[in-house]
Amino acid sequence: MATTREGVEETQDQTIESSDKYRSLWADVWRQFRRHKGAMVGLVLLTIIMFGSFIGPLIYPLDPFAIDTSQASLSPSLDHPMGTDNLGRDVMARVMVGGRISLSVGIAAMIVGVVIGTAVGIISGFFSKLDGILMRGTDMFLALPILPLLLVIIMLFRDPLREAFGPELGIFILVVTIIGITSWMQTARVVRGDVLALKEQEFVLAAHSIGSRKRSVVFRHIFPNVLSPVMVAAALGVAIAIITESALSFLGLGFPSDFPTWGRLLFDAQGYITITPMRVLWPGILISLTVISVNFIGDGLRDALDPKLRSQ
Amino acid sequence: MGRYIIRRVLFAIPTLIAISFVIFAILDLAPGDPTASLPLTIPPEDREKIREALGFNDPFLVSWLKWLYQMMIVEPIFLIEQMFNITIGDGENRVRIISWSSRAPAVDTIIERIPQTLWVLGLAFILGIMIAIPVGVISAYKQYSVFDNVGTFVTMVGYSVPTFFTGLLAIVIFSVWLGWFPSFYDTTHVVDWTSWESIWFQIKQMIMPVAVLALFNAAALSRFTRSSMLDNLNEDYVRTARSKGLNENKVLVTHVLRNSLIPVVTLIALQIPGVFAGAIITEQIFRINGLGQLLISAIQGADVPMVQTLTFLFAVLIVIFNLVADVTYGLLDPRIRYD
Repeated sequence: MATTREGVEETQDQTIESSDKYRSLWADVWRQFRRHKGAMVGLVLLTIIMFGSFIGPLIYPLDPFAIDTSQASLSPSLDHPMGTDNLGRDVMARVMVGGRISLSVGIAAMIVGVVIGTAVGIISGFFSKLDGILMRGTDMFLALPILPLLLVIIMLFRDPLREAFGPELGIFILVVTIIGITSWMQTARVVRGDVLALKEQEFVLAAHSIGSRKRSVVFRHIFPNVLSPVMVAAALGVAIAIITESALSFLGLGFPSDFPTWGRLLFDAQGYITITPMRVLWPGILISLTVISVNFIGDGLRDALDPKLRSQ
Repeated sequence: MGRYIIRRVLFAIPTLIAISFVIFAILDLAPGDPTASLPLTIPPEDREKIREALGFNDPFLVSWLKWLYQMMIVEPIFLIEQMFNITIGDGENRVRIISWSSRAPAVDTIIERIPQTLWVLGLAFILGIMIAIPVGVISAYKQYSVFDNVGTFVTMVGYSVPTFFTGLLAIVIFSVWLGWFPSFYDTTHVVDWTSWESIWFQIKQMIMPVAVLALFNAAALSRFTRSSMLDNLNEDYVRTARSKGLNENKVLVTHVLRNSLIPVVTLIALQIPGVFAGAIITEQIFRINGLGQLLISAIQGADVPMVQTLTFLFAVLIVIFNLVADVTYGLLDPRIRYD
């Protein structure tokens, strides 16, 4: 299985190299994307951060949850590269584990938001009967005070969900769902605009006139053509979700301390800012680097996917 | 235009009612009890009577409509009464929204907290605009210059780094390591305008929160100004202006800038409610006891009426400024026709 797959990829590479006439869309996008310096730096940084968060804890020897009060509030040293917290837990191990959760929340919430946004956008763009009501709904969602409502919802549903799914999964489901269902509106608007324009084009008319069913028109002709704004929205969605989750945790209303995210680590460190100021910096720097990388990748994707900018 | 404004205002009312329904429905699930903090010596049957009197046992729709009446009619009338020192109708008998924890009318507490929030946020917002527009204009005019490259990078960073980190970073550097500014904001400090020491103290404690927020606001705005300027710089009318011999300053300021600022002004209006929401985080970092801090403590104390009122207030701000943005866009840009 694996060998055949590699074989296929190899032949594809060869065709790309050997003939300049034929290039697939994605090879073209990638070629353009590589030219964007910021996006490439972002991609490398994000890869390093993801590697550190998901693989790092398996390699790194120290336990993020082992309390040792004799080692409390140490400055960075060889034993503890990022120091220890007020209970003597190793900060670096905690930052790695925290990254795992922060990134997972960011990606999962982005998927929820992008799926809802794309679905709403396509439906309201394609079926003009539903357009009015769906767009009014989108406007109303845009007028909701998101952050206060998120705080309230977490406060209310934290305990029931913790009981139902266990402390870790419960809060994860809650945070991902609420960030997802409050962040789809921009995607929906962009996708709807694109679908409205696409709907009037000749190839869609042609598809209709050869008797394609509506479903196949949507999935074969409309959906692939709105993929580029969706991908940009997805990249930016990860950044927004990570920031929102950190903000919630920073306000003490997100993940609990025994299940830390970068935001929660920042919140916990805030009280010890005069004793161990470095503790505040690590999670903050990682949140910032991740968001900057993701935003640069989004910028690069936007440029690479825009056929007007793509020369040759 | 007039008809458009009227239509938009009329449309804002059902939107607000729908939002109030959502907010009320979510909070109706809250486990809070208005009698929880009363003394334990009160017998259960009296407790039940208190609950009854507070309308706690009403069915959902009834209590929502009652709250809507209080929020949309009683409180605004009360504000007008206070402002002009008059009485409208039987002002004494109207029931206001009472906070469960402070037992004072929720709106009064909110009004007490507004100045702290406005001082810091308002100043940061204005400062942000004053930084953003020149930076955006110069970046666009000298596209791909060193200034533009540095500016674009800095604004990207400023836009990506959340305020709860820049705020803490500022505290670590300027309060902990350098010791220049206090790490928290003392709202009890009353500025005595005759004493330099008092004024200096106020300035010192405002520098960090204002700077952190101003930079964050400036980042998004200057990116937007830059791209709006770039859109206009390549237009035909700019070439015409240059070819008829106008000097570069005039082309830039009276032609390009004026046209580019139209969407920027709209964005500024749209950002204002977001600034208030941002207060929730900034006030938590610098311990400013403004609106955001009030909301957090109300949520933690399960003070349902306070949370409802504040959340609804944020929603009203969003709806109003969306309206303002749309209307100013139409007023500033004669190409936009709403009919």
